[in-house]
Parts: sequence; C-alpha cells; structure tokens
Amino acid sequence: MPRLTVNGKEIEVPAGTNLIEAARHAGVEVPHYCYHPGLSIAGQCRLCMVDIEKTPRPTIACNTLAADGMVVSTETDRVRETRKSIMEFHLINHPLDCPVCDQAGECGLQIYYMKHGLYDPRMTDEKVHKPKAVPLGPHVMLDAERCILCSRCVRFCDEITHTGELGIFSRGDHSEIGLFPGTELDNKYSGNVVDICPVGALTDRDFRFQVRVWYLESAKSVCPGCARGCNIEVHVNRRRPHHAEGRRVARLKPRFNADVNRWWLCDAGRYGFAPVDAADRLLVPTRRDGETTTAATWDEAIAAVAGMLRRAPADEIGVIASPKMANEDLAALRRILDVCAIRHVGFAVPPRTPGDEDAFLIRADKSPNALGAELVGLGGDVRAILAAARGRRLKCLWVFGHDLLASAWPESEVLEALRAVETLIFTGANANRTSARAHWVLPAAAWVERDGTYTNFEGRVQRFRLAVEPLGQALAEWEMLGRVLAALGEAPTATRAEHWFRQLTGAVPAFAGLSYQSIGDTGRVLTRDAPARS
Amino acid sequence: MEPTAILEEVKRSNLRGLGGAGFPTGTKWSFIPKNHPGPVYLVINADEGEPGTFKDRYLLERDPHALIEGMLIAARAIRSATGFVYIRGEYVEPWRRFAAAVREAYEARYLGNGFDIVVHRGAGAYICGEETGLISSLEGKKGWPKLKPPFPAIKGAFGAPTIVNNVETICQVPHVINRGAEWFAGLGTKTQGGTRMYSVSGRVARPAVYETSVSITLRQLIYDLAGGVTGNGKLKAVVPGGSSAAILTADEIDVTMDVDGLRNAGSMAGSAGVIVMDETVSIPEALMVVARFYAHESCGQCTPCRESTGWIYKMTRRIVERRGRKEDLDTILDVAKRGAGTTICAFYDGAVGPYISYIEKFRGEFEALVPK
Repeated sequence: MPRLTVNGKEIEVPAGTNLIEAARHAGVEVPHYCYHPGLSIAGQCRLCMVDIEKTPRPTIACNTLAADGMVVSTETDRVRETRKSIMEFHLINHPLDCPVCDQAGECGLQIYYMKHGLYDPRMTDEKVHKPKAVPLGPHVMLDAERCILCSRCVRFCDEITHTGELGIFSRGDHSEIGLFPGTELDNKYSGNVVDICPVGALTDRDFRFQVRVWYLESAKSVCPGCARGCNIEVHVNRRRPHHAEGRRVARLKPRFNADVNRWWLCDAGRYGFAPVDAADRLLVPTRRDGETTTAATWDEAIAAVAGMLRRAPADEIGVIASPKMANEDLAALRRILDVCAIRHVGFAVPPRTPGDEDAFLIRADKSPNALGAELVGLGGDVRAILAAARGRRLKCLWVFGHDLLASAWPESEVLEALRAVETLIFTGANANRTSARAHWVLPAAAWVERDGTYTNFEGRVQRFRLAVEPLGQALAEWEMLGRVLAALGEAPTATRAEHWFRQLTGAVPAFAGLSYQSIGDTGRVLTRDAPARS
Repeated sequence: MEPTAILEEVKRSNLRGLGGAGFPTGTKWSFIPKNHPGPVYLVINADEGEPGTFKDRYLLERDPHALIEGMLIAARAIRSATGFVYIRGEYVEPWRRFAAAVREAYEARYLGNGFDIVVHRGAGAYICGEETGLISSLEGKKGWPKLKPPFPAIKGAFGAPTIVNNVETICQVPHVINRGAEWFAGLGTKTQGGTRMYSVSGRVARPAVYETSVSITLRQLIYDLAGGVTGNGKLKAVVPGGSSAAILTADEIDVTMDVDGLRNAGSMAGSAGVIVMDETVSIPEALMVVARFYAHESCGQCTPCRESTGWIYKMTRRIVERRGRKEDLDTILDVAKRGAGTTICAFYDGAVGPYISYIEKFRGEFEALVPK
C-alpha cells in the first residue's frame, strides 16, 4: 500500500491506484475528460496534469500510479496555467452553442471552463466544421463539432460491449467520431455512451430537447426491468409540467454499484419507463358490471374486496401475485393469505416470448423480484390455479399486474378461466387485457411513485425510492392491502413501506437482520441458506 | 560474438540514433529485459517522413544488404528472432529493392536460420514514423502514438519487448562490429561516434546526401560539400535537422552537426535533413508551409496538438495573405509555448521548434506583412 502526499495531505492507497483516484481518496478532484474508471487509460485529453515533486514538468495523473513517498500537487501555478491552456485548446473549435445544447447544465466543458478556464477567448478564425445531428443508432445522436475526442464512447464499445461500432476517423483537428461502415450503434447498451460523454457530442434521442436538466429532480432507485436490479437514478420533471407533453419521468441514469451494474445500464432498462406516464395508467378504482364500468371510491373497493374474501371459502379463492411487486407488497399479501387461509397462490407466469439474456447485465427473467416472491412463500402453480378456475372450483381470482392473456399459455385456456370465476380482481399500474375483464380494478402506484425493495437474482435486497407522487388515486400495493387487512378486522400496522419491511425481517428468516438503514444505497445480500417460508 | 559483447561494443562506439532523437543505441538495447520468456522484436523505422530527409531511401535503394546485415547483428544483441521493417508507403522503389534483397538473403540462408524479416509497407502518415505510432500501425491499428510508460523495450509491438531503430542507425552497426568501437567513436565527437548521412536540399549548388563525420560544421557542409548557395544568392537561414528543428540564421552556421552541438545551438540534429534558404525565400511563407504540414499530419489524439496545429496554421496563413493582426504573432508564440511538452509524443514539440524559431528570429519579416 503506497503512502503518498496529495496537496499536503498524507494518504495510503491500494497498490495500482492512479493519481486521479488517489487524489479522490484525499478529497481532491483532478479535472479530467478522457479518464473513466471503467475504461482503459487513453491519456489524450491532457487535462489531468498534476505536479509531482522531482518531475520536470506536469504529468498526467491518469497514467501515473501512486508510489511510496510521492509528493503530488494539483494546485501549483504551473498546473493551473496548464489546465487553463488545455481548456482553451478544448474549446477553440467548439461551437459554443450552449443555449441550444442539450448537455448544458451538466457539461464538462461548461463546468471546467468556469472552474479552471476563465481565459479571454483569442480564437477569431473560422472553426472546423463537422457533421451535426447525426443519428448513430436508435438512441444516440452525434454532434461532431461539440466532440472533444476523448474516445470514451469508442473504448466503451470496444471494451465493455465488445461490439466495436465506433472509431475516430481522419486526423488532426478534422478528427471525428463515427460509425464503421455498415454498422449502427444499436448494441443493447448503447445509451451508456451518452452518460460517459463528458460534453454535448452524444445526446439521448429520447431525452434531448424534452426538458432542461436544471429542472430535474432525482431519486435513487432500482431498475425493475429484469432480475439484475441495476441501480439507477430516476430523473423527474416536476417544475416544468408543460414540458415533454406532461411526462414526469424524464430519463433513467445508471447509478454506480460495484457489485451489481458498476456504471452501466442496458437500453431496455434505460428506456423502459414509458408505462409510468402512459395513457393506459389506471387512475381510480373501478367496478365493472356486465359492459358497464364505473368509478368507485377506495372505501367501496376495499369493502367489496374484503367482503368477498370474508364470504368466499378460502379454497375457492385464487391469488396470482407478481414478481414485479416489492418485498413490502408481498409481505402484506402474505398476511392476507395467512389471515384468510388462502392456499391457491402463485406468481410465476411464463411470458409468450422468452426473455433475452447475455453474459453481462441482462437477465432472462424480466421481473425484479422473483426471488423475493419465492422467499415470501408465494411460489405455486399458477397454471393449476387457472385450471381450478376453469373447473368452476374457484369463485374469486385476484390477479396482480399480469396480463395473463399475454402469457405463454393458450389464450383460450386463460380466457375460459377468467370467464369462469364470479369475481375477478385486478391490481396493477397499467391497464391490460386481463384488467379489462376484471370486476374490480384497484390502481397501483408505479415503482417510481413509492418506496420499496426488490430482491435480485443474487439475493441482493435493494431499495427504490419515491421520485414522483402517484398518479390519480393509485396506491402502493402494500397500502391498499393494508386497508384490506383493516377491513378484515386486522389492527392496522403499517403507514410506511418500511413498516412492512420490518414485518418481513421478522417473518422470513432470509431477511432477518436487515433494515432500510443497513440496506443503504447499495443493497445487502441476504442469508442465502435461510430456508424459504413454506 | 556473444550478445552482451555486441551490446558493449555498440555502447562504447557512441553510436546514437540517427532517426531524430539521437538516443544512444547501445543504451536503448540494454533496456530489453534480461531472459524475457516470450518473443522480442526488432523493428526498423524506414518510414522516413521528416520533410527535408531522404537518406534512408538511398540506403534502402542502394545498399539494402547493409540493413539486413545490421539487423542480424542487432537481433543477436537483443535476442530477437523476428524483425519488422516498416517502410514508408510512398517509398515504392526502396521497398522493391529492399524486398528483393530480403529474398536474396533468404536464398543465401542468412535469413531463416533463427531470424526472419517481415517487410511492412506504411500507408502514408507522418506520425507512423514516431516509434510508438509506428508500432500501433504495425499492429494493424490507427497510427496513434502510445502512452509511456510502458516503454516499447518493455511492452512494444504486440505486447512484446521491442527495439525500434532507424535504418541508418542499424546500417552503422556492421561497421562498429567489423572495425571496432574505438575506430567508430573516433570518427565523431566526444559524445557521438561515427559519421552520418546529411540530406542537403534547398538553395544549394549540389543538393544531395553527404556522408561525413558528425563533427563537421554546418558551414562546411553547405559551402565545402554542397557547393554553397545557388547562383549568387545570399544565405538567409538553414533548417539543420528536418522540418522539426529550430531554424538557424546565416550567422549561426558555425556549429558542429552532432546531436549535442546542435542542441547547444538551440536547434537539433534531428534527422539531419538540412534545408537551405537564401534571401529569396519568404520565412513567413516557409512557416506557413511547415504549419500546414503539422496541421495536416497531427494524429489528433492529444488535445493541445490536435487543436492548436490547425489554429496556428490558420493564423500563419492569414499573415501570409496579409490579413494578419499585430497580436497574431504573440498569440502563436504563446499558444506554441503553452502546448509544448503537454502531449503523448514528440510531434507537437517538433512543430513548436519552427513555430517559435521562425517568428522569433525573423519577426520583422512577419510584421512587415501585417497591414498597418
């Protein structure tokens, strides 16, 4: 472990740490563009210069490893001057079009110019012109004039996705990022190049021009798109509701988690938030009688559901939970099942097309919490439940989230089951063909509209947080289930998702000892050997 | 001779790299790790691209076996079984003749007995003459210079320890071994042994390649060997070591043409391309041509070089076209000085040599072009 001094502060860092990371240990930020901890060292932006004692001139920090006894200064006059010069070089051919650039507000050039540049511009000649607004693929737009040629995007496609679509073409100040002939930037992780682009060269075709970044608010969350549970930030626009046609969720950005997704997020997850603000959101509880659907109050809906649960014999009730529900929802549902002694329960519904999978982040299981549902003890044969319904052995079927008519099972088989029950209850955030057949629809909050936890396929329990208020009268499942429990005569116990999580840690051994606090921002892996609740 | 004996002989000969940097050849070879388990490569830089330099072309065309002989000796010293010769793409005839010589050497069994030569043709980028840019290009990549460390002797071509030497340097090695280090060292100065080949071009009576001791002065080279300035012209300036060397005025030519002699004179021996300019030459125009060359050839990897070579060319062009401003000259000087020493390779420092020296030594000529 080398010991070195950075700006007078003595620190010890692991062997193999470069000076940018070493300075970070000392709380010092070394400005840089081309360096990215997840990519190889390029050393070409030349901004991360630092002074090392006994070295004749400033040295790039990214390609210099911390060594014992090294004395590093990031703020000598010489380093400051060099930084200023490098900033000027970065900007002489830059179009300086911040007012119309989507990156404005989170642009490395703006930030470092204000912090380290602040020179008077001297460039009066015609700038080099390059292609603008070039779609590189379905998600990414290139403005080559804004590009500082840091090569992060090129290295990402070479080293992370191994797809190699991008290269730097031409020489000198005519160099530009581009696609190799016959390729398109359409790999499953293409959106990441927008995140790692430090300037406005690569922008997100989905997000660009929708809302200025300074109007965004952010919440730490977890991607619900598959069993990996990539850590994300949900960026929402509450302050300019007239922008982006009223869509509140503006974009999802990966959030670093060394043990889950590092810096990355797949495109399916990144662009998978459209249902949150979609027109098919379920906004109020509804009751369907024949062809007539009418809005109901929550009190009416809860009373109807509780009444049904009380009246019907337990073995004539089937519950199809969802692996997209949070642990807290599943705990509340488990309680209802226990109170009513309901045994026909399951959650696994095979999709019509099997999910894609790769060796990096993407998992075939497209639900975020199948392991949680298993551990809470909701595993069961859903197809058998449907068979029981078809055999007129079930009076009531309660479906959470699933569109059973989009499953791998024959549509006629599912349809027959849904027709056979007296009462079909649907709980979910978005309408689907199953909800359209339900007698009662209870609108659920989307995952960005509430708190909760998911258990990923590796048994890592991770928190997601409310980013926007629920639409309409939608409620988190745990909350509506709590109301049902109260109507069933159970003492109300939970006013926050966290209360249900506490119950879960007491009830399911695998979760024992966990708390929201101990899960923190990066999650905690639960005890794998703990027996699942039967 | 044993490898270590060859290495010691070359060290004692004071042979220095003749491609441009003037690094002691024996010392360079000694950087190869001892007992390296994998392959070690010898790479010959025949990408002679420095403007004003044409000596390696003569060697490849007229004495190609000298290079093969030198490579066999050098390969023995560094324990290499494979040599690459990277020949400038434009050098078609040198390539033909050298490739033919390699075939002859195979037929005569000099090659193929533990040492092989691969002849590789470049595609015409100046930066591929920079040793790590050359390695990138040889590896099939874009010819971008590589970050150091690691140095090529530790991790070079295809990740293996690699020595990159200039054609002329290696052609000197057989003489060092045949006639001994003392003889070779005695031909030159205290710090640089032997002779070297000076490519003399421009306004001289007899432009040609001259091989002579490195202790010759620039004045002797121009007047005694190259026949002096063309016609009745008057000497104005000389670039002594290829376009990247700082320019010398007519009063500064009493310098010895070895590495240290020219360094002490504030220029460099570089590739020994001597470009002679008489009074009819416009220095601002000459700088514009040089600046255009560097703007065109910058590989674009490092920001300071990529951005400022183009900018400086635009400014010099404006001045030559009489659209310059008074402050342009100071801007060029300031930009050049700020960018110097901030890049991965020596390309930009090479460009800075002319930027600064042309303007500082002939400022009046530039100012005369700026509209009042």
